[in-house]
Amino acid sequence: MSAIFTKSMARNVFYGGGVFFFLLFLALTFDSMRVLPTRDNSQNITANVEHGKKVWETNNCIGCHTLLGEGAYFAPELGNVYKRRGPAFIKGWIQGMPTGVPGRRQMPQFNLTEQELDDLIEFLKYTSEIDTNNWPPNIEG
Amino acid sequence: MKYASQAVAKPYFIAAIALFLGQILFGLIMGLQYVVGDFLFPAIPFNVARMVHTNLLIVWLLFGFMGASYYLIPEESETELFSPKLAIITFWVFLVAGAITVLGYLMVPYASLAKWTGNDLLNTMGREFLEQPLPTKVGIVLVALSWLFNIVMTVLKGRKTAISMVLTLGMLGLAAFWLFSFYNPVNLVKDKFYWWWVVHLWVEGVWELILGAMLAFVLIKVTGVDREVIEKWLYVIITMTLVTGIIGTGHHYFYIGLPEYWLWWGSIFSALEPIPFLMMTIFAFNMVNKRRRDHPNKAAVIWALGTSVVAFLGAGLWGFLHTLAPVNYYTHGTQLTAAHGHLAFYGAYALVVLTMISYAMPILRGRAANSEKAQVMEMWSFWLMTVSMFVIALLLTGAGIVQVWLQRVSETPMGFMAVQDQLAIFYWAREAVGVVFLIGLLLYIWSFFVKDKSPVLA
Repeated sequence: MSAIFTKSMARNVFYGGGVFFFLLFLALTFDSMRVLPTRDNSQNITANVEHGKKVWETNNCIGCHTLLGEGAYFAPELGNVYKRRGPAFIKGWIQGMPTGVPGRRQMPQFNLTEQELDDLIEFLKYTSEIDTNNWPPNIEG
Repeated sequence: MKYASQAVAKPYFIAAIALFLGQILFGLIMGLQYVVGDFLFPAIPFNVARMVHTNLLIVWLLFGFMGASYYLIPEESETELFSPKLAIITFWVFLVAGAITVLGYLMVPYASLAKWTGNDLLNTMGREFLEQPLPTKVGIVLVALSWLFNIVMTVLKGRKTAISMVLTLGMLGLAAFWLFSFYNPVNLVKDKFYWWWVVHLWVEGVWELILGAMLAFVLIKVTGVDREVIEKWLYVIITMTLVTGIIGTGHHYFYIGLPEYWLWWGSIFSALEPIPFLMMTIFAFNMVNKRRRDHPNKAAVIWALGTSVVAFLGAGLWGFLHTLAPVNYYTHGTQLTAAHGHLAFYGAYALVVLTMISYAMPILRGRAANSEKAQVMEMWSFWLMTVSMFVIALLLTGAGIVQVWLQRVSETPMGFMAVQDQLAIFYWAREAVGVVFLIGLLLYIWSFFVKDKSPVLA
C-alpha cells in the first residue's frame, strides 16, 4: 500500500467503520424487535410452552436435532415435526426410545413425565407456527 | 525469550494441544456413530459426544488465545507481564473447571446436571455450544476478566502497538459478547437472535481481531518486514472484517422467524465476508516474499501461510457457498453447514493457534527453532492434518449436496433418516480420513519429543 495511506489513517478507518456498522446493526436489531410480534407467534407462549422449552433444553435435544435449521445434523429437523407427525406420534415415539435396532442411530430414553411430554409437544407446536419465511422447503424438513 | 514472564504461556499451549487431542477423539466417535448408530450407546450418546467435541474446541482455542496473548503482549509492550502469578492461577482454575464440566457431561445425565448446577435459578443450558452449566459459564466470565485485566494492565504500563491494541479489543469483545450466553428468553426467536450475538459475533467478529493480531505478530517475527507495513495491513483487514461481519450476522436470520429484510442485509454483507480472508492470504504471502531474513523456524512460516489459505477456503469460500438466502433456503442445517464449520474452524482458529505455538514453543524451550528433524515432522503433521480436513470438507459437501437434493429439491422428497442411509459412503470415507487427521495430530505431538544432537541456535 502506498505511503499516502498511512497507518494512522488505517486505524481511524477501522475504528470509524467498526463503530458505524455496529450502530447500524443495533438500529436493525431495534427495528427487528419492534416488528417481531407480528411473526414470532409469541401470543401463543403459555406457561406450558415455557416449561416445554425447558424440557427441550435440559435434555439437550439440540445435541442431535436441528430446530429451525440450527443444532446438530444427526437427527431430523423438529421445527416442523408437529405438522409432520402430530402430537400423538411424537409422544409415542419419545416413550418408545431407544429402538435398540442393531446398527441404527439410537435416541436415549429420557424418562419424561406425562406433563413434561405434553409441554414439550406444546413447545414444538408453538415453534411450528413461527413465520420462518416458508422454511423448510417441504414437510420433510 | 525476551521477558521471563512470557513463560506462563507454556502450560496454556500444552493444555491446548492436549484438549485438541480430546476433541479429535470425540470427533471420531461421532463420525462412527453417523454410520454405526448404536456405537457406544447408551454409554456415550451422540449428543454427549457432540457437546464434548464442540466444547473442547472452544476451550482449547481459548487456551491457545490466552497463551498467545501472555506470550506476545510482554514482547509487544516491552515489559514484563503485569502478574504472572494471576496468569498461572487463572490457568489452573480454567483447566480444572473445564475438566469438571466435561466429566459432568460424560458421567451425569444432562437433565440431572442442569438440576444440580442451578439451571432452575437461571435457564442458560441446552443451547448449541452454550451447554455449559451455570457455574462454568460464570467461571468463563471470571477467567476472561482475569485474562483481560492482566493484559490491559501490561499494555498500559508498556509500549502500545497496533497489534496489542487489536488483540486487547478482540479480547474485550470476546468477554462482552459472552454475556449474551446468560440471556435466554422464552421467545424462541429472540433466544436464537441473541444466541448469535455470542456465536457469530465471536467467530465472524471479535475472534478475527485476535486471529489477525496473532498472525501479524508471527509474521513480523519470522519475516522481519517493517512493523509499519504489517500493522497497516492488519488494520485494513480487520476493518473489512467488521464492515462485512457485523451486519453479516444477518445470514443467520433468514429462516428463524426474523423480518424478511434480513434476507437482503444478510446476503449482501455476508457475501462480502470472504474479502478480509482473501486479503489475509495476499498479505501473508506478500510479507513472506518480502522477508528481510530467513528465520530458522521454517515450520512456523508454513503454519502461518496455511492459516491464511485455509481460513480463506473454509471461512471465505465455503461460507460464501451457502450464504446467499436463496441457496441457504435449501442448505440451511445440512451437512454443508458441517463442511463449512469444520474447515473454517480448522483453517482460521486451530491453525492460527498452532502457528503461534509453533513459533513460540521452541523459544519457550530455550532455542530459536527446533531441530531440522523435528521441523520436518511438524511439517508432515501440517500437511496430513490440513489435507485431511480439506478432504473431510469435500466429503461433507458431497453428502450435503446429495442430502439437499433427495430431501429438499426432489419432487418426491425422502425423509431425513432415509436420506442419511444414502449418505453412508460419504460418512465412512469421512471417518477414514478422520483417522488420517488423528495420525497427523499424533505426529505433531511426537515432534515435541524428538531429540536431536544439533539444535538450531539463534
